[in-house]
Amino acid sequence: MDSRVPQAFGCWPEVQDKMINPEKAEEAKLKARYPNLGNKPGGSDLLRKRLQKGQKYFDSGDYNMAKAKIKNKQLPTAAAPEKTEITGDHIPTPQDLPQRKPSLVASKLAG
Amino acid sequence: MAGVAGGNDFQWCFSQVKGAIDEDVAEADIISTVEFNYSGELLATGDKGGRVVIFQHEQESKNRPHLRGEYNVYSTFQSHEPEFDYLKSLEIEEKINKIRWLPQQNAAHFLLSTNDKTIKLWKISERDKRAEGYNLKYEDGRLIDPFRITSLRVPVLMPMDLMVEASPRRIFANAHTYHINSISVNSDHETYLSADDLRINLWHLEITDRSFNIVDIKPANMEELTEVITAAECHPHQCNVFVYSSSKGTIRLCDMRAAALCDRHSKFFEEPEDPSSRSFFSEIISSISDVKFSHSGRYMMTRDYLSVKVWDLNMENRPVETYQVHEYLRSKLCSLYENDCIFDKFECCWNGSDSAIMTGSYNNFFRMFDRNTRRDITLEASRESSKPRATLKPRKVSTGGKRKKDEISVDSLDFNKKILHTAWHPKENVIAVAATNNLYIFQDKIN
Repeated sequence: MDSRVPQAFGCWPEVQDKMINPEKAEEAKLKARYPNLGNKPGGSDLLRKRLQKGQKYFDSGDYNMAKAKIKNKQLPTAAAPEKTEITGDHIPTPQDLPQRKPSLVASKLAG
Repeated sequence: MAGVAGGNDFQWCFSQVKGAIDEDVAEADIISTVEFNYSGELLATGDKGGRVVIFQHEQESKNRPHLRGEYNVYSTFQSHEPEFDYLKSLEIEEKINKIRWLPQQNAAHFLLSTNDKTIKLWKISERDKRAEGYNLKYEDGRLIDPFRITSLRVPVLMPMDLMVEASPRRIFANAHTYHINSISVNSDHETYLSADDLRINLWHLEITDRSFNIVDIKPANMEELTEVITAAECHPHQCNVFVYSSSKGTIRLCDMRAAALCDRHSKFFEEPEDPSSRSFFSEIISSISDVKFSHSGRYMMTRDYLSVKVWDLNMENRPVETYQVHEYLRSKLCSLYENDCIFDKFECCWNGSDSAIMTGSYNNFFRMFDRNTRRDITLEASRESSKPRATLKPRKVSTGGKRKKDEISVDSLDFNKKILHTAWHPKENVIAVAATNNLYIFQDKIN
């Protein structure tokens, strides 16, 4: 290498490497943002995360409550303005109770 | 384009699009698998909500002979429901990971559908007749008082409106500790394999209470885990051969005649890597997301994050063809790692004659490669280009500084619009492309 290379280029082979290899440049970017990355064998961490995909719940009660919350959110909003909250004002009639969403909704591909 | 000998120059036109148009996509509507049956008459889709929708190819109408028939809904049913694994306190998603058709042997159609844990064999049958004139009940179902019956008659079969029924015939459960990523029907039409992250099981279609474990890569100490199984497939003609791919970019071919437990491969396919170009991302992007044998059985194709490779089964040390799907993403790996897109699992497929291959990309783009002419094309599945019989315009992603008109820059790509699942009709130039919650069907223009 020419000894008159300007000092600004510093470690020439590294810069050259990143220019030729965009992957290495991206790796440098990532390491700059997350300095602790790759300290443990990255392979097994990622793999372990992959093996246990899926949301973990505390127990089945926790799971059922989470499911119920999602179902309530998906209830048709048209029903909401008409049904006011019934809290002991009067004995509820079937029309007063919120509609139970049918548990199986057909796919929109078949619509 | 037209008139080239061999007819491999396709002119893809929009045919149909299925699914809702609204921007708000419900998670359950996201399509998770697409598969034609052996004749191409039926097209099945599975979604995250555990539902299967089957479309049937209508016969070409005599009035409009220039149109190939359309695919219309044939049957739809709820295949899997969400479950809860009490021992691990984990939810078992109802998402359909794969659908595989069985070859048709009688009037009914059979398919296998699987979620993370359970595989089900479904029978789809038609009913177009019903019996009328029962002795013991009226037509509306009410029972006739037996003492009122003075004569006997034989019920007759009368035509009725076609009804398509789907019923679960077998449920293959409790054989996988980890998440099922593949199922593949064997050419013997009696057995099939199912693969999860660490194990592959061989089933008999008639037997649900047991299966043979044929591959087990689980290490005694899980800390030593270095790779997982990502896909598996049976050879299309040799019922003793299957392959499985790994997260390290390797493929192993196994022969079931060699041993009951195929932990030792018969062939090991790996492309040598240049150690100087190795980076943090190298292993992640080399992970194979799909492996598919060619129809001929001579080749297999693998999809990793940035490319599709065609391997000759007779040559283990490198692929015979490599196609870049979206090489421009190599300089975006850092952000693709941060938004998890780098872990997206794209599938790939062959056309019926093995002369072309197709795979998906981002921004609702999908790519096709002609193996003979080495030409490739990028097309888009979008509502904008969905006019009836409109020819699809090739798309181009600009990588340099100068962006030509009609090109789209890498930074403008929508990484939420991913085409992970595509399927090619086994005999005709008809393709099905799943774009999130929409299913697009494109056809080659008949000249």
